[in-house]
Amino acid sequence: MNLTKNWDWETARKTIPFKEWNEKFEWVEEPYVSPDGEEIAAIVNTGEAEFNICANGNLWETTYEKIWHLRYLADNRLAAIVNEDGEWTVSVNDTPWENRFDYVWQPMFTDDGQHIAVAIQSGMEYGMALDDKPWETLYANMSNATLSPDGKQTAASVQIDDFNEGEIFKFEKGVFSAAVNGNAWDNKFVNVWQSAFNQDGSKVAAEVRLSRTEYAIAVNGINWGKTYDAVWEPLFNPKTGSVIAPVLRKGSWTLAEDGNILWSNRYKQVWHQTFSPDGSRIAAIVAPSFGKWTIAVDDKPWQATINDLIWGIVFSPDSRRIAATTKEGDNWSVIADGSVWTHTFDMVGTPVFSPDSKHIAVKVEKNKKHTITINDRVWSEEFDAIWDPVFNDTGDKVMLRTIENGTYCRRVMPVDELLR
Amino acid sequence: MADPAEKIEEKKAIPSDDNIVDEGLEKGAAALTEDKIASVINQVIDEETGARLKVYVDTCIHCGLCSEACHYYVSHDKDPQYSPVGKIKQTIWPMLKKKGRVSPEFIKKASQIASTQCNVCKRCAMYCPFGIDIAYMISIVRRICHKLGVTPLYLQDTANSHSVTMNQMWVKEDEWIDTLQWQEEDAREEIPSLRIPLEKEGADIMYSVIAPEPKFLAGLIYQAGIIMNTAGINWTMPATPGWDNSDMAMYSGDNEIMGRLKKSHFETAARLKVKKIVMGECGHAFRSVYDVGNRWLGWKMPPVEVVHAIEFYYDILKAGKIKIKKKYEKPVTLHDPCNVVRGRGLHEKARYVVNAICENFIEMHPNREHNYCCAAGGGVINCGPPFKMTRMTGNRVKADQIRTTGASVVISPCHNCHSGLEDIVHHYELGTEVKFISDILYEVMEKPE
Repeated sequence: MNLTKNWDWETARKTIPFKEWNEKFEWVEEPYVSPDGEEIAAIVNTGEAEFNICANGNLWETTYEKIWHLRYLADNRLAAIVNEDGEWTVSVNDTPWENRFDYVWQPMFTDDGQHIAVAIQSGMEYGMALDDKPWETLYANMSNATLSPDGKQTAASVQIDDFNEGEIFKFEKGVFSAAVNGNAWDNKFVNVWQSAFNQDGSKVAAEVRLSRTEYAIAVNGINWGKTYDAVWEPLFNPKTGSVIAPVLRKGSWTLAEDGNILWSNRYKQVWHQTFSPDGSRIAAIVAPSFGKWTIAVDDKPWQATINDLIWGIVFSPDSRRIAATTKEGDNWSVIADGSVWTHTFDMVGTPVFSPDSKHIAVKVEKNKKHTITINDRVWSEEFDAIWDPVFNDTGDKVMLRTIENGTYCRRVMPVDELLR
Repeated sequence: MADPAEKIEEKKAIPSDDNIVDEGLEKGAAALTEDKIASVINQVIDEETGARLKVYVDTCIHCGLCSEACHYYVSHDKDPQYSPVGKIKQTIWPMLKKKGRVSPEFIKKASQIASTQCNVCKRCAMYCPFGIDIAYMISIVRRICHKLGVTPLYLQDTANSHSVTMNQMWVKEDEWIDTLQWQEEDAREEIPSLRIPLEKEGADIMYSVIAPEPKFLAGLIYQAGIIMNTAGINWTMPATPGWDNSDMAMYSGDNEIMGRLKKSHFETAARLKVKKIVMGECGHAFRSVYDVGNRWLGWKMPPVEVVHAIEFYYDILKAGKIKIKKKYEKPVTLHDPCNVVRGRGLHEKARYVVNAICENFIEMHPNREHNYCCAAGGGVINCGPPFKMTRMTGNRVKADQIRTTGASVVISPCHNCHSGLEDIVHHYELGTEVKFISDILYEVMEKPE
């Protein structure tokens, strides 16, 4: 999948007027820009209870009573949740889905932008819809919606049996399960939380609670057979197909694989485990001791620790490097390959690796101004807004999408120039 | 000095609390064996406590100086059974002394005492000459009872709601978002371009509330929308679970669900890349995000700064982002919520805010960190109707406090306190209105034309 190859990497600068929209409409909501940088769009109010979407200055043909959750897909199509005559649906590039629902929320998109899943409610029954096709079976309640990586399947936690508020003993017998494509597992649990698909979509693993105090991971409805004091979200090993999840026992967290303890070290916390693209390494955010946070790679924690927060762990494409955002007090920064960057900001975005894994770029904010930082070097230009940087497929150019004095600007710049 | 707890038997008969029947306690205790009880107690003591509990237990000299601090004790005419140390004597001490070999009936009674006759308000810790945190010991009792499956029904149901929905009132995911959009639409009658921005990544502030707001008190979200828009705040609210900052699992002893809730809350803020979380007028939720839940997860402090509504109102009033059209004229008093006053020291900021918006502020006595608890917090009001009279008889002193002020309005910047005080006002026929700060702020502020 190489979405960026055919984008315009030659034109140094393109601009689209934006602030003028404020004069054309009653109000303009926060803008979004397309991944290729060619479009800027926002929900706009055109009159009392009249909303539309303006993309590059052009309105969609359809006006709606309400619109929310406007987002660009990876293939540069524009999607939003829209309401017409009291019914909700999804509209993509001004073409609404055929199905209408009493409510639609939590849109999820595949990495290639080809598939869209949403949570739906119809007649007070709950389920999911994938690419305009709703589940055949709906449930009394649903949460933790998940879309498979290939975009062909959906899963969620669902309520199987009726119970009234206050029926705590019925609740403890287990009235929840997971449903995959609308079909519930045979087994019921006290709770079912976040689930994950394996690579080919043949298995779903979910964090489950078996009683007030017993937690496990269930795979296709069958729990590990070993219980823990708590678990967090599972993940399939892309190489072996095993299931990895953080587990708590006797006050300490570690990683388990298919029910057996995987990592030797014990931590105050372990979560957000992630595999390298080649599947050979596991990294996770860990707290080696109370109030100290770092990243452990294959159970080896980095020396550098952070007091407040580590977030957004990312592997490089070559699987060798790792970066994440950090927060110490009011200062946000980046930790990469075990070292914390020297520059700090009021906010930082998620680190982006270049395709050759040489560079790490991240959008940053300081004193209400926004710019880009590459490899801990801060670019001197500042903007009113900026989106995540995008590298070209050879990693020698970066596209910056910014708003400058009310004008949207798409720049393509050599990485070397930003590093000067 | 208060009467020693050993004299319990000599005192007059205890009022109705002993006769309360709660299905969660009854059925839960009926399923227990003494072996199971001993196993769980010893597991919790050995694996989940340490020097802190041992020091507290070994240091207490049974002086009873904690007694006068407790609204239950004072309101029950100094019945030592309701003194903090008396409650310890009836719960954790026998568990320790007998190495866990206590009866199911004992556990049932211990759970009732720990969950309904102590608000874990920590007032007593200030009066103990050694600073022993009795609320911590009561929390250990609740933890043991949780693991034994003996928790008051309504409190357990709330914890169950938390576990399923990540909010305390079984609010479904679509109901939450729909309520925000409904309030936004209503508020546009007043400010036509008003927004309650959903899922706005990069906003300065994520505003979080507790589930009673969308469930019963949606007007508070409306008011927040007016205040945020008028003050020109770059804010957002999440359209995913994680929006509810409340935490009754913290009070039922279900630490694992507490941790799950706080993880969801803070990770929602991190995902939205906000710089701060501003939370509505809730006290226990602040305790959970600022002290207990965050620390169970391994964070020493909240990973994203959390600002209680009192402090937020203080900031925007002080900065002139909200102007007052005409101050509120009725005489008001202020109830200092335990969790944001003893727990965070917001009492002076609360007074700044009240004086900024009200003409006639009358202090309640005692006040600030010495204020008496509302008797609703600490999960007690969440134990539901069976225990309402426990709260009423256990807080006569609060009724006296309010009555003495002569104020016609008591301001309570905490949801549990607010609900508890409404019950107190009604039960003791005080005729006082109970209001949130935002009720008055919304009424007296200048709004955009």
